[in-house]
Amino acid sequence: MNGTTTFPDAHDGSPWEELVTVALLGTDRRPVPRLAAGQEAPVALLDAAAVETVRRRAGLRPAQAAPRPAPAAEDTRPPLPRAAARRLAMLLADRPGTGGGRRGTAPDLMELLPQWLAMANAHGFAAPPEALPALLDAARGRTDLRPAALTFAGPRALWLARLNPDWRFALRAAPGGGTEAPDHQDTERVRRLWQEGLFAERVALLSAIRAREPAAARELLDTTWTTERAEDRLMFLDSLRSGLGAADEPFLERALTDRSRNVRATAAELLSALPGSALAARMADRAASCVALDHTRAVPAIVVEPPHECDADMERDGVVAKAPSGRGERSWWLGQLVEAAPLGSWSRRFGGRTPEEIVALPVADDWQGELHAAWCRAAVRQRDGGWSRALLGVPSLPEAAGPGAVSLAERAKLLATLGAHERAEWVAGFIATHGLSEAFQLLGVCAVPWSPALGRAVVDALNIARDAGSYPWSFSGVMGLAERCLDPSEAERLNALTATPEEAEDASPGSGGYWAEAFQRLVTTLRLRAAMREELASP
Amino acid sequence: MWGLCKGSGSKPYQTVIDVADSTGPAYKCSCPSRKFPCKHALGLLLLWAGGDTAVPHAQAPDWAEQWLAGRRRRAEARRTTTDAASGAAPADPEAARRRAERRAERITAGAAELEQRLADLLRNGLAGAEQAGYGLWDETAARMVDAQAPGLAARVRELGAIPGSGAGWPVRLLEECALLHLLDQGWLRRERLPDGLAATVRSRVGMPGSPDGPPVRDRWLALAQYDTADSRLTTRRIWLYGAESGRTVLLLSYGAAGRAPELALPVGLAFDAEVSAYPGSGQLRGALGERLSPPEPAATRPPGVTPAQAAVRYGEALREDPWLDSVPVTLARVVPVPDGDSWQLADADGDLALPLTASARSRPGLWRLVALSGGAPVTVFGECGHQGFTPLTAWPEREGEAVGLC
Repeated sequence: MNGTTTFPDAHDGSPWEELVTVALLGTDRRPVPRLAAGQEAPVALLDAAAVETVRRRAGLRPAQAAPRPAPAAEDTRPPLPRAAARRLAMLLADRPGTGGGRRGTAPDLMELLPQWLAMANAHGFAAPPEALPALLDAARGRTDLRPAALTFAGPRALWLARLNPDWRFALRAAPGGGTEAPDHQDTERVRRLWQEGLFAERVALLSAIRAREPAAARELLDTTWTTERAEDRLMFLDSLRSGLGAADEPFLERALTDRSRNVRATAAELLSALPGSALAARMADRAASCVALDHTRAVPAIVVEPPHECDADMERDGVVAKAPSGRGERSWWLGQLVEAAPLGSWSRRFGGRTPEEIVALPVADDWQGELHAAWCRAAVRQRDGGWSRALLGVPSLPEAAGPGAVSLAERAKLLATLGAHERAEWVAGFIATHGLSEAFQLLGVCAVPWSPALGRAVVDALNIARDAGSYPWSFSGVMGLAERCLDPSEAERLNALTATPEEAEDASPGSGGYWAEAFQRLVTTLRLRAAMREELASP
Repeated sequence: MWGLCKGSGSKPYQTVIDVADSTGPAYKCSCPSRKFPCKHALGLLLLWAGGDTAVPHAQAPDWAEQWLAGRRRRAEARRTTTDAASGAAPADPEAARRRAERRAERITAGAAELEQRLADLLRNGLAGAEQAGYGLWDETAARMVDAQAPGLAARVRELGAIPGSGAGWPVRLLEECALLHLLDQGWLRRERLPDGLAATVRSRVGMPGSPDGPPVRDRWLALAQYDTADSRLTTRRIWLYGAESGRTVLLLSYGAAGRAPELALPVGLAFDAEVSAYPGSGQLRGALGERLSPPEPAATRPPGVTPAQAAVRYGEALREDPWLDSVPVTLARVVPVPDGDSWQLADADGDLALPLTASARSRPGLWRLVALSGGAPVTVFGECGHQGFTPLTAWPEREGEAVGLC
């Protein structure tokens, strides 16, 4: 029997309790109460028990209600359009492991969920309540989904998370267990949360204020700076990275004398990202003394004389004295100096040359790799588009794909400093010349959906790879990206590629069919994305 | 539903589909394809399923009307012939009567044997049943299958699981033994029972019945649909609510193990149809007859009662059928409330609540119900019985679609 529904006369000594006792022990050992003459004991017991059972069931009464949880906060966002709600249910029903093995031509729905959530959040729709359990389960398994999923899920998800331990993560992700971060103008509440809050709450508060009013965040941090623990100081300092400006310099300059080496290094890094800072000027001087232009040669060339020692002032400015094993000390110090020096200072140093001209200068004695790599790091740190462009060079040059001075990972970072349009153009040019085998990382930094030129370059390159007779899974990474990032309007152009081509002689056996399948999946996915977009846009 | 599809020839293919048939959709297409349904019919169905506007309402052309009329005529003819056939069904009524008599004798022998086993069990005490395990019950169940009493066999098999079902098992075992004894006695004295109760006993014992109640025409709303499976059979239960008659009926449909039963009625859709009841007092089982309209979304909801009224309803239903485990009930304005590690559905306007059954607590549907409610009252359809309440479908307080919980 369930514990809470009450049966009539369920107390001890009732006829029913007595019947159970007799049944448990057996009628041979214990007499049946009120046994009529001529009746067999077990049958009499069963008769009585049947009457009692039906009587008890018929007299069932509801239980006392337990204390009710406070209702969830109202979600004021407009509800999803019906078609979009159905689509969400479909995306959530496609859990990994349900398909298994080869995907065939069916689109990978789980991979579309992040996009769907981003679009739904952009429209500001409320999640249908009945979809919340599946949504929370999906976000539980995939941390990358959590921010968008929890935004979409809204206040009711937090209410649910308090009732189900499986969804605790939702409470952790939301500072204060779902209470909104206080308005930064509400100084009293801000101060209290800053002084009494948990570490995660304080980081969230600091980041939130920094995003709206950078100076206020710095001042708030300054109030308790000297009393914080070293690892907390490091995290707080890191949150100043966004909205960094010249006004932060005095505070950061003070942090250069911090007790913790990691805090000092982070402060130095932040200062060097401010080209006008005193630290940047000091680094520029040091770097300039190591790198010079030799006019005595037939062609002017850069000569490098790396520093001979790492003095205390350099260390204070964040230069790490000890080189990692396998690297020479002097080149290690040089790299750090050049990385931290403002890029603008090089133009003055080299007689007003543009970044392109400086990058094109020959470098004496094999120092080119070291110097260019340091400039790349500087361009990324200082988000200098001009230098990034110069260091990236022309995408169609043969060495652009080679191992050269600038690795693919560094190129991807350099690209990130450029505008979305320029980025796409460069990557498109790169793919057109060098194909897809090296392009994965570069495509990852391009804006979604891909620009028409970039999309065309990727599709053409896939087509070339197919004609070359390789198998599509050599390109599964790019294919997966294309499914998520290609503009859905490309679907029509792709249609021609979904047919199975005649097998070429030198092609890998069966590859044509697999390619057709891969392209079919691409087209289906693009159509699905277009449908998703429409469903969310229509009222 | 009809459509024209442009094929390779000069004349477009004429495709027509009848979705209002109780045996499933029927197709006709003028294309030469030997696949059935052909791709044109499938395409038309997909368009229709995709949205309300893709297949607009229009006057059906002659060729579609003719086909439909022909189908209706044939269906009518078939019904009259089967009616006639079932009237004169047993080619040899004398032989059929003898078969039924032989079966009744076998069941009577089985019931008597079962009575003996139950008496032995209680003479020695239930405490010994814990050690005996499944073996004893499996053998008895097999004997009941031999006796052509599958209903008794199923109950006996369930007895075997009770000693391992946790605290309070002696109470449950005694209850089930007593009800089995009651069923045995009901069968052995069926001649002296009122007709309705005798029919209930026959169907509980496992005699096949046929839906001989008068067909009731109504607008039926599909309230819930769920499958249970054992090693041999998938059983689908569909609860229907008649908007005009206010009746709730149960449709059963079976499929081989691992295969979905044929009949499927999505929750929240309503359609006009005839339903005939199976015999027996307190029996809610019906058989779906002719479907007169295609299923479409409906805003109707069954009227609800309070938790207290639901408990009363179960008690009253036991009068008609004492073996009943639960009755279908719609609860209005209830709030799912956590109660320790269990849940209840509490009256929003009172302090009484129905606890959920143990199985309902572990289903994902519970969380859909809790999420839908968000602490506010909801309307819940489910099965209410001595083990608690099993929620099957829920509606939000304000307007909104039905949410399946099973």
